Amino acid sequence: MNPYITNTDAEVRQMLDIAGVPSIDGLFADIKPKHRPKSFDLPEGLSEYEVVRKVTGLSLKNNVHLVPFLGGGFYDHYIPSAVGMLTSRGEFYTAYTPYQPECAQGTLQSLFEYQSSMCALTGMDVSNASLYDGGTALYEAMMMAMGVTGRSKIIMDGGVSPIYRKILKTYTHHLHYQFEETPVVHGQSSRPEIEKLLDRNTAAVILQNPNFFGAIDDLTDIIEKAHSVGALAIVSVYPVSLGLLKTPGAMGADIVTGEGQSLGLPLNFGGPYLGFMTVRGKYMRKMPGRIVGETVDTQGRRCFVNTLQAREQHIRREKATSNICTNVSLCALQAAIFMSMIGRQGLKEMAQLNLDKAEYAKQEIAKIKGVEVKRSSPTFNEFTICLPKDASDVVGAMIKKGFAAGFPLGRYYKGMEKYLLVAVTEKRTKAEIDAYVKALEETL
Amino acid sequence: MKLIFEKSVQGRRGFRFPDSDVPVKAKVPQKYARGNDAPLPEVSELDVVRHYTLLSQKNFSVDTHFYPLGSCTMKYNPKFTEALSRLSGFADLHPLLPQLAGGEMLTQGALEVLYELEQWMCEMTGFSHFTLQPLAGAHGELTGIMLMAAYHKAKGNQKKKYVIIPDSAHGTNPASAAIAGYETISIPSNKDGGMDIAKLKSAVNDEVAGLMMTCPSTYGLFESNIDEIAKIIHSVDGIMYYDGANLNALLGRCRPGDLGFDVMHINTHKTFTTPHGGGGPGAGPVGVNDKLAKFLPISRVIKRKDGTFALDYDYPDSIGYIAAFYGNFALLLRAYAYLLMLGKEGLKATADHAVLNANYIMRRLQPYYKLCFDKLCMHEAVFSASIQASRGVHAIDIAKFLIDRGIHPPTVYFPISVPEAVMIEPTETESKQTMDAFIDEMIAADALSKLDPGAFKDLPKTMPISRPDEVKAARDVKTSYAF
Repeated sequence: MNPYITNTDAEVRQMLDIAGVPSIDGLFADIKPKHRPKSFDLPEGLSEYEVVRKVTGLSLKNNVHLVPFLGGGFYDHYIPSAVGMLTSRGEFYTAYTPYQPECAQGTLQSLFEYQSSMCALTGMDVSNASLYDGGTALYEAMMMAMGVTGRSKIIMDGGVSPIYRKILKTYTHHLHYQFEETPVVHGQSSRPEIEKLLDRNTAAVILQNPNFFGAIDDLTDIIEKAHSVGALAIVSVYPVSLGLLKTPGAMGADIVTGEGQSLGLPLNFGGPYLGFMTVRGKYMRKMPGRIVGETVDTQGRRCFVNTLQAREQHIRREKATSNICTNVSLCALQAAIFMSMIGRQGLKEMAQLNLDKAEYAKQEIAKIKGVEVKRSSPTFNEFTICLPKDASDVVGAMIKKGFAAGFPLGRYYKGMEKYLLVAVTEKRTKAEIDAYVKALEETL
Repeated sequence: MKLIFEKSVQGRRGFRFPDSDVPVKAKVPQKYARGNDAPLPEVSELDVVRHYTLLSQKNFSVDTHFYPLGSCTMKYNPKFTEALSRLSGFADLHPLLPQLAGGEMLTQGALEVLYELEQWMCEMTGFSHFTLQPLAGAHGELTGIMLMAAYHKAKGNQKKKYVIIPDSAHGTNPASAAIAGYETISIPSNKDGGMDIAKLKSAVNDEVAGLMMTCPSTYGLFESNIDEIAKIIHSVDGIMYYDGANLNALLGRCRPGDLGFDVMHINTHKTFTTPHGGGGPGAGPVGVNDKLAKFLPISRVIKRKDGTFALDYDYPDSIGYIAAFYGNFALLLRAYAYLLMLGKEGLKATADHAVLNANYIMRRLQPYYKLCFDKLCMHEAVFSASIQASRGVHAIDIAKFLIDRGIHPPTVYFPISVPEAVMIEPTETESKQTMDAFIDEMIAADALSKLDPGAFKDLPKTMPISRPDEVKAARDVKTSYAF
């Protein structure tokens, strides 16, 4: 029951003879009887058709038909067909890590192109070849900042995703780092709160733009303040917004990270996603993860290799900048193809559509009696509204009407039980937004 | 080949968005707006398709070439698991959906996949609980070490500061331990490739938090002293960590949980055929015994009495969130489908044939290459190209020779404790004919090393590029297109 084994009985016999063992069991002679499995009670195998039928059945138990206004850092964007077609080429997805550059130029050049596009997007000098996801990328950025500065205090702005915040706390709580968080505000980062905490022991200030509540900001002044005490500035960004928004590079950020799911990756119930990281040139040698660099071959032809490997665990072991081995090459390829497909104009248009549709939704939602749209700061494609009742209950009722109405903030923030985070991407039509507003009004 | 940026023509486009259908034209206030456009390529869809199709053809891959990469387990990736992972009912599922009121009932299929996969993994490995959240093998290692740290903290074992790691281990082991806050102690192997028990004993004291071991080791050998090792580590309340990199060799023959290990990770891209993707994404589920279960990350998937599935966050001793969601779901789904197809017997056959194939290659090559340990191997065999090196032909030269002949080389220079290491793992999915062709080329490489050692320096000649100048790459660093 393993269709992927090709040895015939006759071949097994021949090979056993050469191996000098009488039987397959004999190959496992080093495993003593007392080390045999105490149990191995697994089901019998199935045919491909039976598995397909079972798994397809499971897929149908999931509801993917709600009209989504749900974001929280993970968005329902359109993915051009060519993106999936190209990344599902076996030459890409069944290749190994490109340790042998002569037979891996496809992977290496496409990662170099990915790095180039990420630098273009974020306005930074150097990109690595990807990290696991946005949350772990932010963790890596934090560790990197502590490595660069030799300091151990981290200030995290209240607008950073609460999911990321929980991840960073998990990784640091047993280590001797000082982790400070500024209070949560719906709008832009609170300057005085950050300044109060900034000192000569601060390794980095962690910021997010747009922040978790959708507010957009120019973080230049905060970044300057951080630099004035020798701290780094880490900015987590939503890449699609960079079609319109000021880049973290232009704001002076030192390390930029983010979740690249919006660049052509399906939602996939949480993964695989794409963690990206771009940095200032001077910090390149402290960056975690793989980096692809350009060079020439013995005949002077341009080619690409993994470079600066002296940072990495397979060379440096316990002294490496990170324990990361795998990046997410295939996801980076997917993003590279996506960015090439939509191109310079398309990225702007996509961002503009997101902005326009979200602004329209805001305008219409504001007309509902008893609903307040938070307008303390401008937003991109996600915004906060305050409802006259518990947002979680409202979302539950909206599901029955066919909408994933948004993310109830009470789940992560005490006292925000009536607040709802609403995302509107370029895929939402005017008709869907109007229907959503109508359903919301009826629900309240 | 040109970069996609070098094919860019101003004004060209590859994709059209729909016109806006809302009566609003918003503008980002100047202060917050981007100054210049992001200089992404301006190319047509055909440009993109042709560019990346041609790039793909510059790769070796399992679909096109044999990949006997030791410790990487480059087996065939079944196509039906790819197709299933793209089903809309999974691919379009938002990860926050089950966190909404009533949302769990809208994701029952996905939660069932996770729950069942955890059960399978427990039974296969002899552990009582699994978390599927770690996003890669090294992430699983870090999670495992954090569980170790949480255990010691809860027990009041304040002195713990070292993790012991054999010198044959992957570099991720010491790196993971270091990042979790431990210092590492490296133990050299004995002459049989096993753990040197005397050295281990002398290194172990109350300050040892645990031991990380790959079994079979990266020498491809089963550790016969495992009982004693576990006893020594447990005697100081240390935690036994099993690196699952080489699990493929043991399926149905032996379970880490029965051997005295307390925690392990699995690389789904090795044992369970999720594709390598040119270097990820991976998935690194972590299994534990009851000793560590209460520390597992949240959320966890549970099955309610009524047969429905739910996410549970109520574990006060949990280390917390190690990732945003429930793991790399689309990969876990592929692993799940693969396991369903193989079942109990199919899994056992996997290990049987992986080990048979490795022993076959080992004995066929033994007359030509120095075999590190002249005894049965498990899933991989480690040679040293020291004989060839004495003729001026090093492991890297043999690697380039194989590339020239259309075979991906074995892992070279690893384990680092073996000079000129050549580590070969054929996996169970390769045929005798493919292995024979590889063996013939390895024998030819040895013959050429006697005849004309200088000939290797120009290899490979048949590839799109010859050997790259890696020193230049690290000195004149260029990591992106000059816009």
